[in-house]
Amino acid sequence: MIAIIKYNAGNISSVQNALTRLGCQSIITDEPKEILTADKVIFPGVGEASSAMKYLIEKKLDKTILAIKNPMLGICLGQQLMCEFSEEGNTKCLGIYNTLVKKFPNTDIVPHMGWNSFTKVDGTLFKNLKTIDNVYFVHSYYAEINEQTTAVCDYIQPFSAAMQKDNFYATQFHPEKSADIGEQILKNFIEI
Amino acid sequence: MLKKRIIPCLDIKDGRTVKGINFVAIRDAGDPIELAKNYVKQGADELVFLDITATVENRKTLVNLVNEIAKEINIPFTVGGGINSVDDVEKLIIAGADKVSINSSAVKRPELITEIANQFGSQCVVVAIDTKFENNEWKVFTHGGRTITSLKTVEWAKQIEQLGAGEILLTSMNNDGTKAGFAIDITNKVSSAVNIPVIASGGAGSKDHFKRVFEMTKATGALAASVFHYGEIPIPELKNYLKEQKIAIR
Repeated sequence: MIAIIKYNAGNISSVQNALTRLGCQSIITDEPKEILTADKVIFPGVGEASSAMKYLIEKKLDKTILAIKNPMLGICLGQQLMCEFSEEGNTKCLGIYNTLVKKFPNTDIVPHMGWNSFTKVDGTLFKNLKTIDNVYFVHSYYAEINEQTTAVCDYIQPFSAAMQKDNFYATQFHPEKSADIGEQILKNFIEI
Repeated sequence: MLKKRIIPCLDIKDGRTVKGINFVAIRDAGDPIELAKNYVKQGADELVFLDITATVENRKTLVNLVNEIAKEINIPFTVGGGINSVDDVEKLIIAGADKVSINSSAVKRPELITEIANQFGSQCVVVAIDTKFENNEWKVFTHGGRTITSLKTVEWAKQIEQLGAGEILLTSMNNDGTKAGFAIDITNKVSSAVNIPVIASGGAGSKDHFKRVFEMTKATGALAASVFHYGEIPIPELKNYLKEQKIAIR
C-alpha cells in the first residue's frame, strides 16, 4: 500500500491515477499512522511553499514526514519543501536536503514549463533511463545542486531535477505526467 | 534543452469532440477520450480540451469527462470554456485537470486571474486570447470571437502576466480554420512582450507552419485541431520533420 500525503497543495488525484494505471493500490491520507505504516509514501505538491508548509506544521505532518522510515518520494513542491529553505514566501522547510530553493532569474521564460531532458541521471529512480529522456516540468523555483542531487536539468542554469538522502527521494518534475518515462520512474520507486 | 510543445486541441460539445471552422461551422470528430489516448500514443506533449457550449447543465458532463480523461492519460492537460469563478476552477482541478484556460471571464473581471493564481498557483492559469487584426490593429475578442473589446492584444497580454497568469494561449481569428499558417506577426509581438510561455494557435495547415512559428517567434508551444483530428498531419511525422529541421522536440 502506498500512502499519498493529503494536504493543501492540489492535484493529488493525478498521482493516484498514475499509481492505479500501474496497478498499484494507494490511499490519500493525512493520518500519521497510515503514513508511517505504508510500504511507500508519496509527498506530491503543486502550490505555494509558505502556505503549504504552514498547513503541514498545523497538522503536525512535518514531524510525521521526518519520522518516515520507508521510501518516500517528493514531487515538485514536495521536493522543494524537503529542502532547507525556500525563497518562495521566505519559508523554512523540512531540511531533509541541505540546499536552498531559489527563484529562477528572469533571463528566460519563467515558469520552466514543458518537457526537458537531463545533463546527469544517477541512482535508483533512474534505472533503465538516459539523460536524453524527457520529463515534464512546471516550476518557477528550483533546488540548488548539492551532493544529494541525483539528476541535473539545465534551464537558465543547472538545478536539482532529482535528489536523494537515505529513504527520501524527490523529483522536481512530474513523473505522473511524464508519459512512459514517468511511468518507468514511478515503477523504479515502487520496486525499491 | 526545453522542448517545443505540440498541442492538439479538442473542442468539446455535449461530451463529444468537434472543431469550429472560423468559429462558426462545426463538424464532428469523435470521442474525446479515445482521441486523447490516441494523441498521447502518437507523442502529443500536452492536450487542451475546450468546452464550447459550456452551459450550466453541461458543466457536470464536463467535470465527469475531465475525471475520465485524468484516469486515462499520463501527460498534462488543460480544460477551458465557461469558467467564471474560483469555484468552477476548483471542480475541474479536483477532477484532475492540470490547468484551466479562461478567456471572456478574464476580460470581464481581470482579478479572476489573480484569484485563481493565489489559490492554485500561476502554473495552472492559462489565459486564452482570441485576437483579430482589424482597422490596422490587433484587438481582443471574447465570447468565442463574437464580441469585440477595446483591449489591444499586446497590452492585454502584459496585463495578464502582471495579474499572475502562467501561460498565454494566443489564437488569431484571422488565421483560425484557414490552414494558411500561424499568425507570425502577433505571436512574435506577444511572445516578445511577456516572459511567460505563449502557445500559438490558429492556422496550422502544414508541417512547415509549425517550423516557422517556432523559428520566427518565441512561442514555446503550437496548438492545432483539425489537421490532427482528420489525420492530415500525423503527430509522429510532424515531430520527426521538426527534429530534422533542428527544432528542439521531444
